[in-house]
Amino acid sequence: MDSLSEYFQSYLTALESYDVVGAFWVNIQLAFWAALGSAVLGTVLALMRISPVPSFRWAGASYVNIFRNTPLTIIMTFCILVLVFQLQLNLSSDFDFNFFLWAVVGLTVYHAAFVCEAIRSGVNTVPLGQAEAARAIGLSFLPAARMIILPQAFRGAIAPLGNTLIALTKNTTVAAAASVPEAAGLMKTMIEFRPDVILAIFATFAAGFVLIVIPIGLLTTWLSTKLAVTR
Amino acid sequence: MRKIRYGMAAMAAGAALVLSACGGGSGSEGGGGEASGGSGGEKVRIGIKYDQPGLGFSSNGQFSGFDVDVAKYVAKELGYSADQIEFVESPSANRENMLANNQVDMIFATYSITDERKKAVDFAGPYFVAGQDLLVRADDTEITGPDSLNGKNLCSVTGSTSAQRIKDEHASNVNLVERPSYAECVTAMQGGQIDAVTTDDIILAGLAAQPNNAGKYKVVGNPFSEENYGVGLPKGTDKCADINAAINKMVEDGSWDEALKKNTEGVDYSYNKELNPPKPTEACA
Repeated sequence: MDSLSEYFQSYLTALESYDVVGAFWVNIQLAFWAALGSAVLGTVLALMRISPVPSFRWAGASYVNIFRNTPLTIIMTFCILVLVFQLQLNLSSDFDFNFFLWAVVGLTVYHAAFVCEAIRSGVNTVPLGQAEAARAIGLSFLPAARMIILPQAFRGAIAPLGNTLIALTKNTTVAAAASVPEAAGLMKTMIEFRPDVILAIFATFAAGFVLIVIPIGLLTTWLSTKLAVTR
Repeated sequence: MRKIRYGMAAMAAGAALVLSACGGGSGSEGGGGEASGGSGGEKVRIGIKYDQPGLGFSSNGQFSGFDVDVAKYVAKELGYSADQIEFVESPSANRENMLANNQVDMIFATYSITDERKKAVDFAGPYFVAGQDLLVRADDTEITGPDSLNGKNLCSVTGSTSAQRIKDEHASNVNLVERPSYAECVTAMQGGQIDAVTTDDIILAGLAAQPNNAGKYKVVGNPFSEENYGVGLPKGTDKCADINAAINKMVEDGSWDEALKKNTEGVDYSYNKELNPPKPTEACA
């Protein structure tokens, strides 16, 4: 019993000496901005892939195939080693914020491919008659997509979009490869310097991600039934 | 129906292939172990780094570095022949677990002795006293120590606090960059976006001594911390006295000095003469 309380005591001192909450906050910020970015980029890509212009379809498909099949770590490392260090492309004059922005860019271009495919699966839930009816009342592609197809497609794609958001949230840990001080990097530091409470540290970070991700899952499940287009 | 059946057969075959591939891998490893173990007695499994040139480095099945040389010497003194040594990779984050789970018998992997770690493992040694230092481009004259880093870009690996320590204690305006490996830090320094890399002096010397980097970088030589590299052992070990005797013998007969020189050859680097060579006592550290 004594050794248990002693272990708990060392665990508490380990927690106190590192900013765990701050590190998770960085992950949440990364997830938020990358989710916004990939939602926009993914929608544009989805539009390209369902558009009547063959070259757009081809470009959209190429993008998805390239970025969906490239490991995120490689995209992130490419951003930092090639774009920042070699080509000196800086998004911000603030040294640390520059890395944060590049991490958001890396996460965005990667997950946009998945968002695009999720929306495309939503488009497939919209009956063909809807597009034909839109065409019949004289709407061209973009207005038809904006007013008829996409609103229904988003509502049908909430579950896969939620999956992508959950994956994105957990993938923010890869931002450590972009020199962003987030939770996975902090966990590495804590394990390196506090091996006496290694399992408790590991459990803490695992629990942290569970706490962040479960509400996202609950929310998207609820939304997907609530907003589903009943046909 | 037939199609489905074919599909399932294909999946089963695929799964079998994957499983047998995994099994085959571990099987051949075990086979290799038995074959060399057969030449005499039990084996000793020593944990080292595989990615730390100059200390513990693996290339094409050959192991080199100062940690490896000390490990070989100590193993010999403990009565193991060269072919009884089995080197196992032990990355920093796994060292305590590998000892606790009996995956290795001892660890020589730039393993600094600290009070927190002593709660989880025992240490023999130290066999070397390193100090945090800086690696800079060979033609750099501005950076002379941690206090001259204001406005410079400083690189260290993810999970180390050495760069943060410089920011907190020496130069508050230093820009910190974290990369997954020191090799990447050095690559970035080549590109010019990084001005200095920080970690223990001997690790930096090992990096600078690599053929690709020869002559391009120098260790500043102004160490500002004290890292006692110990031999990680399972908690409650009885081997400390023997290992420490072996380390002392290695220092006395000159092999220690020779190993250090060999592994930092071609780099302008001299270890901290005040603290080295260490003289471990009989007890565990």
